[in-house]
Amino acid sequence: MSVSFVRREMIAPQPAPSNNTGPIAWARRSLFATPGDALLSVLAIILLIWAIPPIYNFVMPTFFGGHAVAPGGTVEDCRALGAGACWAYISARMSFFIYGFYPPAEYWRPNLVFLFGALLIAPLLIPRAPFKRINAILFFVAYPVVCFFLLNGGVFGMRAVPTEQWGGLLVTLVISMVGIICSIPLGILLALGRQSKLPIIKTLCVMFIELWRAVPLITVLFMASIMLPLFMPQGTSVDKLLRALVGVTLFSSAYLAEVVRGGLQALPRGQYEAASSLGLSYWKSMGLIILPQAIKHVIPGIVNSFIALFKDTSLVSIVGIFDLLNTVQAASSDIDWSSPTQAITGYLFAGIVFWIFCFAMSRYSIFMERRLDTGHKR
Amino acid sequence: MSDMTSGAAARAINTANMTVSQTDVAIDVIGMHKWYGDFHVLRDIDLRVMRGERIVIAGPSGSGKSTLIRCINRLEEHQQGRIIVNGTELTADLKRIDEVRREVGMVFQHFNLFPHLTILQNLTLAPIWVRGIPKAEAETTAMHYLERVKIPEQANKFPGQLSGGQQQRVAIARSLCMQPKIMLFDEPTSALDPEMVKEVLEVMINLAEDGMTMLCVTHEMGFARQVANRVIFMDQGQIIEQNDPDAFFSNPEHERTKLFLSQILH
Repeated sequence: MSVSFVRREMIAPQPAPSNNTGPIAWARRSLFATPGDALLSVLAIILLIWAIPPIYNFVMPTFFGGHAVAPGGTVEDCRALGAGACWAYISARMSFFIYGFYPPAEYWRPNLVFLFGALLIAPLLIPRAPFKRINAILFFVAYPVVCFFLLNGGVFGMRAVPTEQWGGLLVTLVISMVGIICSIPLGILLALGRQSKLPIIKTLCVMFIELWRAVPLITVLFMASIMLPLFMPQGTSVDKLLRALVGVTLFSSAYLAEVVRGGLQALPRGQYEAASSLGLSYWKSMGLIILPQAIKHVIPGIVNSFIALFKDTSLVSIVGIFDLLNTVQAASSDIDWSSPTQAITGYLFAGIVFWIFCFAMSRYSIFMERRLDTGHKR
Repeated sequence: MSDMTSGAAARAINTANMTVSQTDVAIDVIGMHKWYGDFHVLRDIDLRVMRGERIVIAGPSGSGKSTLIRCINRLEEHQQGRIIVNGTELTADLKRIDEVRREVGMVFQHFNLFPHLTILQNLTLAPIWVRGIPKAEAETTAMHYLERVKIPEQANKFPGQLSGGQQQRVAIARSLCMQPKIMLFDEPTSALDPEMVKEVLEVMINLAEDGMTMLCVTHEMGFARQVANRVIFMDQGQIIEQNDPDAFFSNPEHERTKLFLSQILH
């Protein structure tokens, strides 16, 4: 027998066998691959059949074949036997859920804030939109100042509206946006500080991070709203909302620092060395080489922190700030709309609003991950 | 080892510009010691490199050859002795370190290109941010060097889309864009597929032909024979033997050198 072999013709790629693709192949592979899988699939389908119709009936208005009361319905409809979610109640109290106790005559001010925010954020998030630099300056510098004066008033003949009257979605968004935007630079600095070779900076950063991570956010908020005033000199007072903002920001920056540190440690040492060997200074090599890569690696972790932060804003309700959840809770004892489904509809509404924002953040992070992927896996 | 088969021997070398200065000292290492914790990794290194020299440093792994060239641009710190590069002595002074690094290019075994930047951005980053050269000018220079390493068509790709050999050529071009006076090579072909070694060596030979002062840690003995004017053999953190390539390969004197050469030239 000869071992000699020479290939004369290369084999061209051929299509896969037909039982390898298509929906039936998918079902066979994913749902009914083994008897155990088949059993689990059947059980899951039964569970879905059992659970979906009641949920659908409860949530969907009569127009779509459900039992819920659509916006515009009356409280009597909601009190009727077998009525589903009372969406009429939500739409009737919508302005309370959005603005809290903000004076109705001044609603145009938060509305402007929402509008400017949307107009500035959208192009900032779309990678291909032009004028990124101006856009960023407007959003990160000008916008917060404008927001503060618009919402707080007291200038240009606008009526002063103290923060105690702010509420609802407005406050939820203010706290989460300030928390997210301020904790990014703080978190990055803390992460870099923790990696520093300078012992004092390193120790301070480690202490800060470990202190904030080891304390529950509720404790932080209680401390800020009850303990802090005791230590302050007589007669001085810091705004309650501001105290919550600072607490949430510092809390979140400690978590973010650890996420960013993970990204810094994942980078091969060669990247640091290549940057140094080209003569780049510490801050330039961090800003141009290390951080862009490190942060890209940890986008899922960062967004995870932001989502957690967004949901944690609801904790400010325990120090008496009327965020979205707190307004929903307060409105649920509204006698005008008292009905068996009043409270549950409110919480459902709050849940949906939170879900929309968090889901949007999550999808955007996936989009950015894909976009920033330059095909270099190392 | 790939010795003469590495392809470096495929063409004649143009030695017109390969002149070694008799007076101009590029690097002076005097009585230098280095420790990693308790481990004495470099022991009493004395090495004077004249402008225009092409030095190949060989030796078994762990002999300290990479550490030595990493000390020359202070990626590693030495604890005793002196290192003077282009007339600047390396100390803890950050200003001096930056001064030296600006004039000394380094090529790594694993390329270390910046994966989030395009090839062109990799090349222009340091000229723009360290030397303050305008972007357009930096890009012209970058394209010039990309042409020299024969991959100008890859300028707008990302490093992850290039082969290892191409990446290493980009890494060399990136160093050259800073117009360094000295180039350090830390095993530039060791991480490459055999098919790609030649293209990188070719670029290094071109560089030598232009009169660049080069220190190469490499196992490419064909390259050493052809291009180097001096071969240094290290073991256990010490310089064991150094000579011109002909004498080094044909007539090694130290027992350890003989053993090493017999292992890699077969």
